[in-house]
Amino acid sequence: MRPLKIVVLIKQVPDTRNVGPDAMKPDGTVNRGKLDTVFNPDDLHALELALNLKDRIPGTEVTVMTMGPRRAADIIRDSLYRGADHGIMISDKRFGGADTLATSYTLVRAIQKLPSYDIIMGGRQAIDGDTAQVGPQCAEKLGVPQVTYVEGIISITDDEVVAKRRLSKGVETVSSPLPCLITVHGASPACRSKVAKRIMQYKYARTNSEIRPNDGFIKELHSKRPYLTIPEWGVEDIDADETKIGLSGSPTKVKSVESIVLTANEAKVLSDSDLDIETMIKELIDHHIIG
Amino acid sequence: MDNFFNDTPDFKFHLSHPLFQKVVALKEKNFKESEQYDYAPLNHEDALDNYEKVLDIVGEICANTIAPNAESVDLEGPHLENNEVIYAKGTTEDYKALYNAGLIGMALPRKYDGLNFPMVPYVMAAEMVARADAGFANIWGLQDCAETIYEFGSEEQKDKYLPRFNRDGVTAAMVLTEPDAGSDLQSVKLKATFDEKENIWKLNGVKRFITNGDADISLVLARSEEGTLDARGLSMFIYDRNDHAVQVRHLEKKLGIKGSPTCELVFKDAPAELVGKERFGLIKYVMALMNSARLGVGAQSVGLADAAYREALKYAEDRAQFGKVILKFPAVYEMITNMKVKIDALRSLLYETTLFVDITKAYEEEMKERSLEKEERMEMKHYMKLANVFTPLIKLTASEACNTIAYDSLQIHGGTGFMKDFPIERIYRDARITSIYEGTSQLQAVAAIKGVTTGVFIEQIKCYDTQVSDKNCEIRTKLHKMTEAFESITNRVLELNNNELIDFHSRRLVEMAGNIIMGYLLVINSQKNESFTKSAKLFVNLVRSENFESYNFIENFEVSELELYKVLKPEEVLEVS
Repeated sequence: MRPLKIVVLIKQVPDTRNVGPDAMKPDGTVNRGKLDTVFNPDDLHALELALNLKDRIPGTEVTVMTMGPRRAADIIRDSLYRGADHGIMISDKRFGGADTLATSYTLVRAIQKLPSYDIIMGGRQAIDGDTAQVGPQCAEKLGVPQVTYVEGIISITDDEVVAKRRLSKGVETVSSPLPCLITVHGASPACRSKVAKRIMQYKYARTNSEIRPNDGFIKELHSKRPYLTIPEWGVEDIDADETKIGLSGSPTKVKSVESIVLTANEAKVLSDSDLDIETMIKELIDHHIIG
Repeated sequence: MDNFFNDTPDFKFHLSHPLFQKVVALKEKNFKESEQYDYAPLNHEDALDNYEKVLDIVGEICANTIAPNAESVDLEGPHLENNEVIYAKGTTEDYKALYNAGLIGMALPRKYDGLNFPMVPYVMAAEMVARADAGFANIWGLQDCAETIYEFGSEEQKDKYLPRFNRDGVTAAMVLTEPDAGSDLQSVKLKATFDEKENIWKLNGVKRFITNGDADISLVLARSEEGTLDARGLSMFIYDRNDHAVQVRHLEKKLGIKGSPTCELVFKDAPAELVGKERFGLIKYVMALMNSARLGVGAQSVGLADAAYREALKYAEDRAQFGKVILKFPAVYEMITNMKVKIDALRSLLYETTLFVDITKAYEEEMKERSLEKEERMEMKHYMKLANVFTPLIKLTASEACNTIAYDSLQIHGGTGFMKDFPIERIYRDARITSIYEGTSQLQAVAAIKGVTTGVFIEQIKCYDTQVSDKNCEIRTKLHKMTEAFESITNRVLELNNNELIDFHSRRLVEMAGNIIMGYLLVINSQKNESFTKSAKLFVNLVRSENFESYNFIENFEVSELELYKVLKPEEVLEVS
């Protein structure tokens, strides 16, 4: 088996699983300052699947790529600690405000700058927008087949991958020629932990814009260890058409956002009679709550 | 995400000890290795940052993998299948998590793929693992054996065995105990014979109570000198499991630490390699191995005590009786505060001891490359002396305290604690072994009493006293009185020149010294960090009364009363040879 080039698309997202009372502003927008950022959970699953292929196929290289603000380099470092070989940061103020269409356009321009690739991977969806659109859109724009909702790679050869998809009522096994794009489901194995030596190796990895003028020590270290410099690509580096990126490239317009407070105002009291219990079970089955 | 490193600020505090800076400089040979290895630190701050970042992963794995598995591991335990020990499912997961994170062989030099960590951060990792699952801590902690191979093995043996720890995640075992050789290892009988034809040592005999006995790499104590009966006939050997010459005859059923397999082993012409020189097995190599294992049990005990304390606090905050949470009752909050105070004290003693061990080891390492300056030699001797008596002291005090803390924690849980519904039931059982294995508390007292008789403890206490900045503080006055009492009662016992009497009072004297030492450590810590102020005050109040109780007992004790304690008459005492 020849070594593969795998690109994993990753995203830093607000930690919507640990939302405090002041996570939303009164106008219904997200109060980003009050939310911690995390590595998008499904993307970590994608990284694990990529690293697993790297374990299986000697010489395989895993590159993570993210579009985001400067601080998103945190998840690139995190990926390096877990075993990724390289990271690429796509960052430019002009990319800001992108919807899924502009995001996939930008990512695809960046992917096309790479000398070659065999598999593009990404999480099924990000926990901030929950659209699950960016992966499939990238595949369309790259003109490669896509396999979504993947929970495992069953086999892989020089030109074909066989993967298991997790669907709502079962699993499906599909094959796809390479290169292809795979989106990974949260039912796949959790990502491996950070590795002690790699943390010590890569903790000074930085993008150039992260290095402050007085960080002489880091600059010197980067000149000795060039792999610590995380490449940072802007609009010009990926030859992007400015009308297709950021806000101007995003047809999605948010009309309004409402803050909805869920209240439990409907309660039923049941007796312990068989009839009541049967009625309740039937109702739960009818509503697809159980079944 | 839960993290055992981040939820215990004491770790960072103890890493900031001024003496630790010296340890790191020695261990890192002034940071020269950063030219050769890109994961080696560039300076002291960088090294500290490395330790913290790596301990952070340990803390994460402990909180999110090992601790959640502890209950099922305790229930399932290991079993035997075709002469092979199969760990509980959770144990395998735990080990794999630590192995994947590169945490096997933490203290080994980089040359052998290790992380070259000093003992302080390594012992912190051990404490966290024990807090998560004390039984599992044994399996992980046996990587100490790699240290022994590193210290005493040949270059060839080091190259052959050491890289396997980090690279392959091999497990290890210390194979010492036999049916008739428990505390008294001089009686070991397992036979080692040199096979001239094959040019190899062969081992034959039975070992018992061997923790993780089916390990990949075992260090075995065996009698290589035929006809000898004492320690001088014993040597140490490496046995490699790949040779399949040892039968695991039986797995013990135990009260606690059930996830850790305790094996009976039968060696049948098992090929083995001699470590170091013949006849130095017990007197040198096992002693070194035992010392690090004792420090390990110290860490395990502190981890267990912390786990028990946190369970008690959680329960007492939730459980309401008589219309209020039980934490509001004096009887309960006193117990809980005392637990915390004792843990602060024990942890301070644990890392103080570890520093002494660290400095000694770092100098020993340095000596392999150059001869030490006179000043360095004196310093090394000084810390070695301290390490030799502080190690049994922490083993004794921490293991005994973790038992009482677990007892109190279970008590706070009431009837529920007696059921198998809460982790405290397991912690209580797991704690029990700590004061028994790697030398019972009674044997630790015999080793630590040297700190009393040679004056090492009192000298160190006086040294601590000079470090107290507020010379008029009330706690210092109390500690002075305790020190005076300790000195006078020690002299009174020593003046009688009766070894049996010294043995009789050894535990009392050692514990008195330990209490004063821990009191001073807390006072010194509180000068740097206010979070220790309460503990310093309450600890000294607590142990002051304990010390005076011991003082009174010894003072009122007549030598002739020893006879009243003796169960056997002199003519009934059997001298077993």
